[in-house]
Amino acid sequence: MMEIGLNHYLVLSTILFAIGLIGVMRRKNLLLLFFATEILLNSVNIAFAAISHFYGDLTGQMFAFFVIAIAASEVAVGLGLLIVWHKRHNNINLDQMTSMKG
Amino acid sequence: MFEAIAFYLFAFLTITMFYITVTTSQALYALTALAAGMIFISAFFFILGADFLGAVQIVVYSGAVMALYAFGMMFFDTTREVKEKNGNKYIVSGLSILVAIVVVVIFAAPMVTDNITALYPMTEGVGNTQDVGMVLFTKYLVPFEVAAIMLLVAMIAGIILAGKDMDVSKTTTEDAELQEINEGVTS
Repeated sequence: MMEIGLNHYLVLSTILFAIGLIGVMRRKNLLLLFFATEILLNSVNIAFAAISHFYGDLTGQMFAFFVIAIAASEVAVGLGLLIVWHKRHNNINLDQMTSMKG
Repeated sequence: MFEAIAFYLFAFLTITMFYITVTTSQALYALTALAAGMIFISAFFFILGADFLGAVQIVVYSGAVMALYAFGMMFFDTTREVKEKNGNKYIVSGLSILVAIVVVVIFAAPMVTDNITALYPMTEGVGNTQDVGMVLFTKYLVPFEVAAIMLLVAMIAGIILAGKDMDVSKTTTEDAELQEINEGVTS
């Protein structure tokens, strides 16, 4: 109980990933949907860092860095698209994003 | 002992913050709870000895990403209450937990076979930042440069998407009129 091992971190990562997935499935507002995807990426980062620590290997940390870089670019492009959508339709509701015409 | 206390404390705080993020109906609460959760996650990285990753987590997430979201929220009407999908709660929770367990199995399956060896083992007597730098700029140089180009592309895309025709309101202008303005800009 007092000794924190790899399993503790993996369980924590699972819990956070489940929270993020619940958020992805029940959110309708696209901005809050983005927040849920950030939670997903972060929970996987914890698993990477924990495995990297307990196996004495740096590869996990490297992958965590690239995950952070991808998350940053996802936010930049996603928010840009969201602002354009909001300018056109005055809402960011997922259910009204049904038409694909330009 | 202290490691256990820190782990349980920050695990509790992180789970609470992220739970608030996905359940609250106020966008501002969700933003602040998410920022707090990101900082608490960096504590795990410090506990795990990944100092540089923890610092990057604070700088990138709480600094850059949260600032982007905060500026993005100024464009949206965030005072409005957020309406949620009211689907079957059991299906949503069940599916989420199932997928999360599958993810852990994907992570844990190679470890059960017990034959993984460290590809880039940590060097003794060297700080984490130096260690990360040595591996990142030798073995992972090409992915690092590709990530840099990707960030540049994302930055340009963000500027173009958000900054184009700032002075034209796209909600009040009709589609045909907007097309004329766009053609005027491109020609």
